[in-house]
Amino acid sequence: MRIRTAFILLCCAWALAAQQPRRTLGEALGKKQPLLIQNATIHTITKGAFTGSISVVDGKIADVGEKILAPAGAKIINASGKHVIPGMIDCHTHIAIDAINEGSVSVSSMTSVADVVNAEQRSIYYALAGGVTTGNVLHGSANAIGGLNTVLKMRWGKDAGGLVMAEAPPGIKFALGENPKRQGMAAQQGSQAARRYPGTRMGVEDVIRQAFIDARAYSFQWKSYEQSRAKGENVLPPRRDLKLEPLVEVLEGKRLVHAHSYRADEILMLLRLAEEFDFRIATLQHVLEGYKVAKEIAEHGAGASTFSDWWSYKVEAFDAIPHNAALLREKGVLVSINSDDASGAEIMRRLNTEAAKAVKYGGVSDNDALAMVTLNPAKQLGIDKYVGSIEPGKHADLVIYDGDPLSIYSRVEKVFIDGEQYFDRETDAMLRRELDAQKKGLLEKEKLDERQRTPARRPS
Amino acid sequence: MRIAAFLLAAALLSAGENDSFLIRNATVHPVSGPKLNNASVLVMDGKIAEVGERLQTRAKVKVIDGRGLHVYPGMIDAATLVGISEISSVRETADISEVGEFNPQLRSSIAVNPESEHIPVTRANGITAVGVLAAGVSGGFGFGEISYIGGQISLMHLDGWTWEEMTITHGAAMQLRLPGIETRRFNPATRESAATPFSEARRRQETNLRKVKTFFEEARRYQTAKQASPATLKTDLRYEAMLPVLEGKLPLLIPAAREREIRDALAFAEQEKVKIILVGVRRPGGAIEEIAKRKIPVILGSPFVPIQEEDDPYDATFTLAADLHRAGVKIAFASLGAQFARNLPYQAGHSVAYGLPYDAALRSVTLNAAEIYGVADRIGSIDSGKYADLIVTDGDPLEIRTQVKMMFVKGEPVDLESKHTRLYKKYRARP
Repeated sequence: MRIRTAFILLCCAWALAAQQPRRTLGEALGKKQPLLIQNATIHTITKGAFTGSISVVDGKIADVGEKILAPAGAKIINASGKHVIPGMIDCHTHIAIDAINEGSVSVSSMTSVADVVNAEQRSIYYALAGGVTTGNVLHGSANAIGGLNTVLKMRWGKDAGGLVMAEAPPGIKFALGENPKRQGMAAQQGSQAARRYPGTRMGVEDVIRQAFIDARAYSFQWKSYEQSRAKGENVLPPRRDLKLEPLVEVLEGKRLVHAHSYRADEILMLLRLAEEFDFRIATLQHVLEGYKVAKEIAEHGAGASTFSDWWSYKVEAFDAIPHNAALLREKGVLVSINSDDASGAEIMRRLNTEAAKAVKYGGVSDNDALAMVTLNPAKQLGIDKYVGSIEPGKHADLVIYDGDPLSIYSRVEKVFIDGEQYFDRETDAMLRRELDAQKKGLLEKEKLDERQRTPARRPS
Repeated sequence: MRIAAFLLAAALLSAGENDSFLIRNATVHPVSGPKLNNASVLVMDGKIAEVGERLQTRAKVKVIDGRGLHVYPGMIDAATLVGISEISSVRETADISEVGEFNPQLRSSIAVNPESEHIPVTRANGITAVGVLAAGVSGGFGFGEISYIGGQISLMHLDGWTWEEMTITHGAAMQLRLPGIETRRFNPATRESAATPFSEARRRQETNLRKVKTFFEEARRYQTAKQASPATLKTDLRYEAMLPVLEGKLPLLIPAAREREIRDALAFAEQEKVKIILVGVRRPGGAIEEIAKRKIPVILGSPFVPIQEEDDPYDATFTLAADLHRAGVKIAFASLGAQFARNLPYQAGHSVAYGLPYDAALRSVTLNAAEIYGVADRIGSIDSGKYADLIVTDGDPLEIRTQVKMMFVKGEPVDLESKHTRLYKKYRARP
């Protein structure tokens, strides 16, 4: 019990300690100190790589070039021998939320992961330490139409509201194939869970089609109501349907669809279904057999957000190939590489080297590989006006590496979001030592307390 | 000197067409010693005959120009499910969970499917040999499996028409899972995990540990009885399989992730006087020095796994290999699965970014595994007399963007195509 208390204390100490470096004087005064990163190899993504400097004013990139002027009062970081890339963007993650799946129903568009954001989940810090500054946090894949998403910036230490990237257009998760089928097969497989429709890929199509037929009718009801009101008629408004409202937004092109998919057949099905209702799928997620229908995906205009080299973990992943990203790109599809991380944020710690696999398998250029974890996901999420490349006017979300960002030997040294430093490897190392010392102190105190048979003081 | 040349020439005349060749003008990385620039490797009848900077071209042997290329020994995945598990979520495609608590008689070699799609996929990235697990090691924590003794790890080449041709050694190590203190157990039937009070979990551990010790005791009595009257003793395959373990010839491979589990394993080794290898070490804590002092080798799973405890540093899984190496522990990397076995070199490479010296990293995916399993006379480095398990690359194999250009297993050229490259080519050509 006492050990537990000590542990909780430690965790608090760590959380507090980790927060320290973010509170700059400038921030306390409501102003951000300008920044100049010098002599680094800068991977702009849009305009190639060169050795030069980046200046940051008011959280935005002010200038980038081989020789630029330092803003007045700028903090100068000499990054000679280092590499800078735009903060990475993970187009598919499940970190920082306390629940992922509302799987009891086939259409759960009335739910949103924005309601369960946990700003204290350490995954945010892990992702940050890996150079990921923005994440598309998605609902799970248990149902054909899942919940709503939220796009977060890894502003570790801010509250849930402070993590949200307000500029990002809203989205929704869809899911095809084995995962939405699973609930329909649960009873068959001897699970205690109740069985629910659908249990086949055909059923999945049906659920989505029916939902959009309902959404269309619902939208029509509201339109008639508005028209009647405009004419001055005294009419009752339709009953609000929170499940259908997001789907109406999809029909109106105001909400992005991120569709979990594996096999070529189900991918093609969804593209045709969306075309039937005259909307576009924003991203096909995972899309492991996307390479088989690359032509159709390109024609439809959907983006593809895939894994680097996952395969064989289930039947629908048995034809997955690591060349998927390169091949889709070659056939004209906008491609990103994602982590699909849960609370461990394991891959977000190294999304850069996942991108390097697109160079190995399929031979894309280094710059195009980096684009798959920066600019391309920004475009897919509709936030490329703000993030995804190193260009004046964009958010100063920057990652400094100690070497080539695609090398297995490189480490993230510093990470900036909106021009503020949120991660620094040296500070992290220092905090570790402090934490170790605190831990040792607490444990020794506990031993002493035990010897003296005095109860350990509990935190108030 | 002249006699040696004569013998070599004589050998050349009888050399096999396919498994004899000379690679020259390459950068050779023997692993057992420093790299050799502009060097040659001579392979005769599937074995490495000579390595050096000034090897003369001999007649009647195929010559491979290695200009701009690098030669490394084929890598070894020290513990994997390649060949024995095809689609991890489909039980029918995996042979890694036998019924029964004690199955030392099982050998994974005979269940390796030479046609597994994982074999070409894995070897295409430079891996020529693997230790195939007889029972799953779930992430190193060892929970959820049925058996205490799961069977023998077999060391296999990733090339061959049959499992027999692939086998390097049937019994490289015996898999033992020591009972741990399980305060939380996942019940696959209800899909819920239930909590057990610590005291009860500890009692259960003691009960189960007694079972394991009893089994070892029985095996020992069998050993004594056999020595006394080998003719009349009824053969028991389980105890028979335990004899090399008791004789200290076959090491036990024990999953031990945390400090407590590691100390349990070390204590067990001392009490039973057996050789052990630890596998899946993740949070060794203060046990590192003890592991080093007792010269217990460690097979590490992937560093690409989530952080276990909230107050661990964000890079704890990346620095683990360096921590062990610094303390003097011999380490080898392993995939512990099939899906990501091809990423073995990156496990070592990323550990370099977090403090593991490069040479140690390269050793941890080649020679160390061979030494741990006692087969360093046959594989693991480029030295004369060893199998010619070689890879020819355009650069450092621990880097992702490097390409493996050629592979030889026992001197035979190996196809680097796989299901993945076939599908890639097929759909790339789709009009």
